[in-house]
Amino acid sequence: MPEQEYNLQGADPMLPRFLRVRRAVVETHDTITLELDDSNAAPQFAPGQFNMLYLFGAGEVAISISGPPDDRQTLVHTIRGVGAVTGPILQLRRGAILGVRGPYGSAWPLHEVSNGGRDLLLMAGGIGLAPLRPVIYEVLRRRREFGNLTILYGARTPADLLYRGELAQWRMFPGVSVKLIVDRAAGVWSGRIGVITDLLRTVQFDPAETIAMICGPEVMMRFAYHELVRRGLAAERIYMSMERNMKCAVGWCGHCQLSPFFICKDGPVFRADRIQPLLATREL
Amino acid sequence: MENLARLLKDHPFLAGMEQVHLEFLAGCAANARYAADEFLFKEGQESDASYLIRTGRVALEVSIPGRGLAQLQTVETGEVLGWSWLYPPYRWQFDARALEPVRAFRLDGNCLRAKCETDHDLGYELVKRFLYQVHVRLERTRIQLLDVYRADT
Repeated sequence: MPEQEYNLQGADPMLPRFLRVRRAVVETHDTITLELDDSNAAPQFAPGQFNMLYLFGAGEVAISISGPPDDRQTLVHTIRGVGAVTGPILQLRRGAILGVRGPYGSAWPLHEVSNGGRDLLLMAGGIGLAPLRPVIYEVLRRRREFGNLTILYGARTPADLLYRGELAQWRMFPGVSVKLIVDRAAGVWSGRIGVITDLLRTVQFDPAETIAMICGPEVMMRFAYHELVRRGLAAERIYMSMERNMKCAVGWCGHCQLSPFFICKDGPVFRADRIQPLLATREL
Repeated sequence: MENLARLLKDHPFLAGMEQVHLEFLAGCAANARYAADEFLFKEGQESDASYLIRTGRVALEVSIPGRGLAQLQTVETGEVLGWSWLYPPYRWQFDARALEPVRAFRLDGNCLRAKCETDHDLGYELVKRFLYQVHVRLERTRIQLLDVYRADT
């Protein structure tokens, strides 16, 4: 889906719906996946979009949607508990209530990949795998429309890897490759140790037939972008998901402004040639 | 030895190297195999070789008192491991342990040093290639030091 303007007429975009936690999956020591019961009038979302989650007494926070786009009954978010809102969210369990506004923002351009059956290269770092998971669900559901799917995923330690069961399942699909790397390990890990650009050196891809999508800490995305370009991929074929302090989520308040862009409505997904020059600008 | 030179040519570390240099290097090279968990070398031992990994994965490790074993980086198929034989005091700084069965070309460090001293063209070619590896490894280490996945970054 191309970057889009939101139709703000109709329902009040600041008014949350209240959904009940159907299931809470503890992913790691600081990360949880909440499945919210959204069986009534769930608005459809596109992979890459986010919701504003509101916790009573704590506040509101922007969280990417991490579940299957074709599941209209369940809204899934994976949340890392690091702040005043996400910390308490980490404690929520089945039956708890969360306010939800959204979905908001631009989406990963899946149509560009499926158009012509191109290959897709995903590079995720840390919690950055969550906004890419709906892409993986869609590609696997519509497998014949896409070429090869390569998933490169980096985390701080083996214990910080998300969706471990699914990672093992995904690599069983034909034409799907999953490679993992961690920054550091201690003893029992027999996988790769290093940084995500190391993983890129282990894969072959055709720059003319590949679209890359990157999601993770901004500095990780910068290094990944430079390595992809060095390997011959044009900036126009690279997309990245940005994160800033989003408040209203509809482009009113300006909290998430990055030079000419509002990350909440112009992003979070940007084509790299539009956003990359801004990333190394210290003043922004 | 001719056969070994042909095999060496296919390793990415030596890609594009002149035949005469490959044949020279073959005189310093031997095939090596390591079982999973076997050490290629240990911290403090004399550094006397480089390993061109043909298949498998090796972890660079260090034991930290009170914290146990820390795995720093892995080196795998197509990469090169070890260049401490280039500079005094010719000692390994870390342990290298095979995480899975490893096949490698073991290039004898003493032999390489002697040949590089007598053939500066070969020496320049080799040092250039090792320097690139150091550059890549330094860049990797710097990014690791940034600890980009830490919760407050």
